[in-house]
Amino acid sequence: MAEVEDKLVHEVRPTTQEMRIPARFIPSPTVEPGHTFASVTDHISSIVLRKRMPLLWTITFAVSAMLVMVLTGTIGWLLLKGVGIWGINHPVGWGFDILNFVWWIGIGHAGTLISAILLLLRQEWRTSINRFAEAMTLFAVASAGLYPALHTGRPWYDFWLFPYPNTMSLWPQFRSPLMWDVFAVSTYATVSMMFWYVGLIPDLATLRDRANNKLAQLVYGALSMGWRGSAKHWYRYETAYLLLAGLSTPLVLSVHTIVSFDFAVSQLPGWHSTFFPPYFVAGAVYAGFAMVLTLAIPARKIFKLQDFITMKHLENMGKVMLATGMIVFYAYLMEAFFAYYSGNSLEKYMYLNRINGPYRAMFYALIICNGLAPQLMWVKRFRTSPVMLFITAMFVNVGMWLERFVIIPTSLHRDFLPSSWGMYHGTKWDWSMYVGSIGLFLFLLCLFIRYLPMISIFEMRTLLPEAQSHAAEAHE
Amino acid sequence: MAQIFHRSANTLSRVTIFGAVFIVAFVLWVIGGIVRSPLATDQGIEREQPVPFSHQHHVAGLGIDCRYCHTSVERSSFAGIPPTQTCMNCHSQIWTSADMLGPVRASFATGKPLEWSRVHRLPDFVHFNHSIHVYKGIGCASCHGRIDKMALTYQAAPLTMAWCLDCHRNPEKYVRPRNQVFNMAYVPVNQAKLGPELVREYQVQKLTSCSTCHY
Amino acid sequence: MKELTLNDFRKRAEGGGLYRSLDELARDDDFIAAVEREFPQQALPLERGVDRRDFVKLMSSSLALAGLAACNRPAEKIVPYVSQPESLIPGRPLYFATALALGGVGAGVLVESHMGRPTKIEGNPDHPSSLGGSDAMMQAAILGLYDPDRAQVVRHLGEIATWSAFLAALQPVLKDAKSNGAGLRLLTQTITSPTLGAQIQQLLAAYPGMEWHQWEAVSRDNVREGLRMAFGGYTNAVYHFDKANVVVSLDSDFLAAGPGHLRYARDFTSRRKVRHGQTASMNRLYSFDCGASSTGSLADHRWPVRPSEIEGLARALPAAIMKDLEANRGASIVIAGDDQPPIVHTVVMALNQALGNIGSTITITDPVEVAPVNQLESLRQLVTDINAGAVKALVMLGGNPVYDAPADFNFHHALTKVPFRAQLSPYYDETSMLVHWHVPEVHALEGWSDVRGHDGTISIVQPLIAPLYNGRSPHEVVGAMIGGLDQSPYDSVRAYWFAKGANEQSWRKWLHDGQIAGSALPARQVAIAPLPPAGEGPRSGGEGLQLHIRPDPNIHDGRFANNGWLQELPKPQTKICWENVALISPKTANDIGYDDEKRSALVNERSTVRADVTYRGRKVRLPLWVMPGHPDGVLTVYLGYGRTYGGKVATPEVGVNIYPVRFSDAMSGGAGAEIALVGGEDAYPVACTQEHQSINPKDMYGQEREIIRAGTFAEYQRDPHLGHKEHHGDESMYPPHVYKNHAWAMVIDTSVCTGCNGCVIACQAENNIAIVGKTEVHRERELHWLRIDRYFRGEPSNPEVFHQPVPCMQCENAPCEPVCPVEATSHSDDGLNDMTYNRCVGTRYCSNNCPYKVRRFNFFHYADYDTPALKPMRNPDVTIRTRGVMEKCTYCVQRVNEAKIEAEKRGGNQRVRDGEVTTACAQACPTEAIVFGDMNDKTSRVAALKGEPAHYALLAELNTRPRTTYLGTIRNPNPEIKGTS
Repeated sequence: MAEVEDKLVHEVRPTTQEMRIPARFIPSPTVEPGHTFASVTDHISSIVLRKRMPLLWTITFAVSAMLVMVLTGTIGWLLLKGVGIWGINHPVGWGFDILNFVWWIGIGHAGTLISAILLLLRQEWRTSINRFAEAMTLFAVASAGLYPALHTGRPWYDFWLFPYPNTMSLWPQFRSPLMWDVFAVSTYATVSMMFWYVGLIPDLATLRDRANNKLAQLVYGALSMGWRGSAKHWYRYETAYLLLAGLSTPLVLSVHTIVSFDFAVSQLPGWHSTFFPPYFVAGAVYAGFAMVLTLAIPARKIFKLQDFITMKHLENMGKVMLATGMIVFYAYLMEAFFAYYSGNSLEKYMYLNRINGPYRAMFYALIICNGLAPQLMWVKRFRTSPVMLFITAMFVNVGMWLERFVIIPTSLHRDFLPSSWGMYHGTKWDWSMYVGSIGLFLFLLCLFIRYLPMISIFEMRTLLPEAQSHAAEAHE
Repeated sequence: MAQIFHRSANTLSRVTIFGAVFIVAFVLWVIGGIVRSPLATDQGIEREQPVPFSHQHHVAGLGIDCRYCHTSVERSSFAGIPPTQTCMNCHSQIWTSADMLGPVRASFATGKPLEWSRVHRLPDFVHFNHSIHVYKGIGCASCHGRIDKMALTYQAAPLTMAWCLDCHRNPEKYVRPRNQVFNMAYVPVNQAKLGPELVREYQVQKLTSCSTCHY
Repeated sequence: MKELTLNDFRKRAEGGGLYRSLDELARDDDFIAAVEREFPQQALPLERGVDRRDFVKLMSSSLALAGLAACNRPAEKIVPYVSQPESLIPGRPLYFATALALGGVGAGVLVESHMGRPTKIEGNPDHPSSLGGSDAMMQAAILGLYDPDRAQVVRHLGEIATWSAFLAALQPVLKDAKSNGAGLRLLTQTITSPTLGAQIQQLLAAYPGMEWHQWEAVSRDNVREGLRMAFGGYTNAVYHFDKANVVVSLDSDFLAAGPGHLRYARDFTSRRKVRHGQTASMNRLYSFDCGASSTGSLADHRWPVRPSEIEGLARALPAAIMKDLEANRGASIVIAGDDQPPIVHTVVMALNQALGNIGSTITITDPVEVAPVNQLESLRQLVTDINAGAVKALVMLGGNPVYDAPADFNFHHALTKVPFRAQLSPYYDETSMLVHWHVPEVHALEGWSDVRGHDGTISIVQPLIAPLYNGRSPHEVVGAMIGGLDQSPYDSVRAYWFAKGANEQSWRKWLHDGQIAGSALPARQVAIAPLPPAGEGPRSGGEGLQLHIRPDPNIHDGRFANNGWLQELPKPQTKICWENVALISPKTANDIGYDDEKRSALVNERSTVRADVTYRGRKVRLPLWVMPGHPDGVLTVYLGYGRTYGGKVATPEVGVNIYPVRFSDAMSGGAGAEIALVGGEDAYPVACTQEHQSINPKDMYGQEREIIRAGTFAEYQRDPHLGHKEHHGDESMYPPHVYKNHAWAMVIDTSVCTGCNGCVIACQAENNIAIVGKTEVHRERELHWLRIDRYFRGEPSNPEVFHQPVPCMQCENAPCEPVCPVEATSHSDDGLNDMTYNRCVGTRYCSNNCPYKVRRFNFFHYADYDTPALKPMRNPDVTIRTRGVMEKCTYCVQRVNEAKIEAEKRGGNQRVRDGEVTTACAQACPTEAIVFGDMNDKTSRVAALKGEPAHYALLAELNTRPRTTYLGTIRNPNPEIKGTS
């Protein structure tokens, strides 16, 4: 068996791309034709089991590893000196810290959404990107988690946020949105983790069986928890997976809803708004899909996955971006309308300050990135061009960051009493922490690509005609 | 193809999975125990003193009133540590040559104060006022334990915030008649009945605002 | 490396020709090395770029603090007394009455002492110059006392010596002086101390040829000379503003500076507290303001004028004002500023005489100084004599003439020619660097003395603590020079007064009262001299840009430059701290090319451009700051900065030294200054705590925020609510709090707030608030729990000014409380928003959600845990906050709790009575603008004020139901004058 496999490694069936057939003549499938169980399995598992990784991977890995060092250095300095190393001050108590937290959490939405909700909606095109997206979710949440944990003045007392019996006979303040955050985020992280892991088990087994060195066999073996693929296993697997899907579906909505409460519950003009939850959730999905595209497009090129992550996937994601982008843009317009219609002078001033204050540049950049850029997706030519998709996705990534900047510091820096107005600027430490967290994200992602199948092998199999025919036989 | 794992691996894995829960729970339980133990609270620890002063001897033995040495306990937040002068009031007459009292005589002669080791130590962010507790009928023994039975002084209570709050939330459990405050041996006859009465009479409030102690 | 002695130094000084400062001389490595070898403490200022935190760490190790080792006892030890003082109850503070002097004139204070450590200063309610009020400088004296940078040892040529060595060195000088008389000179500051005066007279008698000079950089020469011209002979004018219906201020800042300003502020504002149903009319203040004075900010009519225009105005006031004055003959006051030339004061006194004010609202008494002189001439004489070689020995009691003498005197140059020079001063300062002998001076809280108040009332100055740093008092030095047995200051003062007929009983009473009752100087009959003709006067040339030099409102003439509290205090009008700037009007700014576009870009960033100001060929480089309401064509600068020696807070490069452009014939500046923007330099950061100043609707993008409620007296009588609609809707999702016992509250009367900052420093002293340094202030991280917001309304050329002190509002529906995840801030039974520092994890959500932004966060470890010298200064009743913790105003809850406990211990369900407890800010306020008390006690003052029609809550529409509320600003403009200008 082993030698067979060695022969098959790297050997990919010719694809439409190579045959130079214009895309418009063929209905875009979720997996290119001509694949068999074996070829799918071989191709995907080979990425993991092969000896050498492509150069680009190595470079990305090296760079991200360096950034992780930057991150650890920054955190060290932060713990040593205090949050004063950041740009925060008296009007602006939250800066990059919470900003990046919300940004990452937003990105962390696509995964579970794709896996859970699209699964329940029977969207079979999800299969080839869900594993990838879930992993991304986990790593995004990990990066996000850094910020709330470290943004406090005395991080070593963070455990006071958890309700536990203590010698002070004191409970946390359950009325505080930050309190709710603790539960929301930690729950979300746990469930996504389990969801992801459960989904991995059959593939881990595959890797175990195909691994050709003892260590790999042991590790994958242990992780696959004795999966033999018996009908009983499959039955239990399906149940568990569906269960988790159902469980995480509400979470997708709840997490960012609660994150938005951090702002909506306060009474600061620009924060105190009833429509933040839907607005934030839409924004999160928007950001999430943008990030999936940002990562999937290079990945499918590097690892020759065009067969599995087809144009159809990219196009669909483009459509989702367009839709959510419109929702978000609508939200911006609504904020303006509220400001005008509420008749509240402070609300009015808040918006005027956004469009005409010291940070107006941020606001206009935001409109361009989040409002205008996705409009390209109306055009099929752009929707189906990986390059254009990638560029748009990048715009959206930036735009979502700007959105949080406009909401957090811009609202804070000029609130009620002009006497306490101020300005906010991120310091080099703010930036190093931000870049560092991106590094951490990429670092984990590289490891994932290296050691785990980035596309669900067995689920791909189910998409093949063979699978369909088996099903047909079964029905007779 | 040969099996990678022995059958026992199954059991092993099951044990680990379920064990994990209990291990974590156990660790937390241990930590919880430590923070409540004398290791963290200093409860019941006798300290080295320049002079092995025995409350047992002076209070139970000689029947000296607390206020003879702790003069400001009724007037000030600080009960007061007696100046060397106070010791010498008696010890210039009796045990004038006892080696044990050498440091006291030295201090009195040189004017260099005695340095006692603090037994009851509240954190700096906690403000405690003796006088009002005494005035509201909280006995010395309620917090300091049976000082009159201590050869060497130690901290009788844990002095944790939970411990403070226990009384601040239900003073009626501990309040005693004013004339019994300095009586070490006081035992309430019917606290359930007496307590609420005294709370009413002394207008004892249930002060649980943070700024009662922290400011 | 070769040894460098003072002689080399002097050679360089003489050889080097013109040089700007000692620093310039010191630009020489081996010299620096030498100095560092000599004075380890001076090493820091000489090298560059040391921020506050760093040297604080250094201080902890410096030998300076060894002396205080006894004060920081190990945490785990209890050290009782050996024999306890009778009066002392451990844990209970004691209060002593004494007096603090500025410019020689004292004001009575009560000092709180914990276990023998003075920790807080309050005004003495019985003292006529204070009436219980206190200002920032008095409050900050506590820090001055413990300041580890104070001189600690007698030094000879910079090397550590002893007091006896100094006395020994003094003997030959004195012997010489006795034989041939002349050559011995004494230089002091203004002296009102009868004892010291008598001692000096004795000294002069002992050495016939000896002469006594007086010099104080911020002197009252103009007033003295003006009155002398008016009445012939030195006199002292005492004003009674409570009797005046109309006050005209000609560039006078009588509410915030000068002798008796605390009393004057109280008296003046007593006629401006408009209460409901009260019929008494309100007084009226016309102010001609040459800079940005507190008095001007309170005026009913304010006109910015150039200093040179004042004389003209004094001679011919506008008709409308004259009419008003005439209508109030004998019940009005015209007062001129200390910076105005003598002639103005003469004219003004003549005017007062004509209006029949002298004798009714103005009392003329004998001078309070023991020997009034024209100090400028006195110093000029000294310098002339030195240059003539007539001075053999110079003994300086206090003062720092090398730093603050007029530039044209070239005093430092002259000083080095005196064969024997000794100085007694609190810091080892610029002058000390050039003297043979330096003796550390005691702080006012360390030594015995006596002093006169603004009306001549005498207080005995008693020490609260033995000299911390081996300080000597002037009494000792003079005593030593007189010779005979070494007399302690206590003996000197006591002997003097017992000779004057005091006895043990009266002495005790004086000490207890903090004053000698009835010792105020009696009114004396005066005849006004004929008025000299107009025309002359040093500042006739009014053309071109005028340089206008003022003492700094915080650090005065520079003597408080090493006081971190005063350095970090936002100046009353400009809200700038840690440096001095050049104030100009918006129009002038445009004229010199610093136009609005340039400015608007910088204002958000609290930055500005710098400019080179050239005056008579001397150049200083200053940051420009545009001040609404500042007179056009005038450039106001503050003295006291740019110190080169004298402490680690004062140096290096804190602000710019203005003395180099201060000339003896233009002590407060003059015309002919030139200004040039510094090109090619990026924005210069200024530590300004409030860059947004205007509440004009257009500046708020058309949003009226109802922050300030204001109206005229006439409007008030028509509509006491000042046209303000109450906000309704007290709905809350949470059940309302019930306050069964106390309900602490505060009302602040914005009508009478002069923005003097007394409350801010009082709060800082009471609550152990740390200072953060210029960089952090510029990053908007100042820690003051109580800030005074200052708003402008109207045209930038001459706007109305409003002061609004903002402590924590202690909201009943507090936005901060529900958002704290760990319940570090919570609602107390009395309705306070408790802040529990030790529970705080520092999410800063409470601050984000606070509409008043009164919460302060410890972004770094600001509190100084290290310096032993500062530990005994702290208020033992208040926790010192650590890094990463939120802090805020607590309504001085430590005082409240103490009062509640004492009240309970009285027995019989006693509540705290009104007036038994007050906050530090309310206690300090000279005008009683801040009133604190129990709202539930219907008879309390605060409850009454809450019922006032002009009463309002800040941002009431948010339904936070603040406990701290305000009374609208009521002004009383003259209906006959349209507009303010």
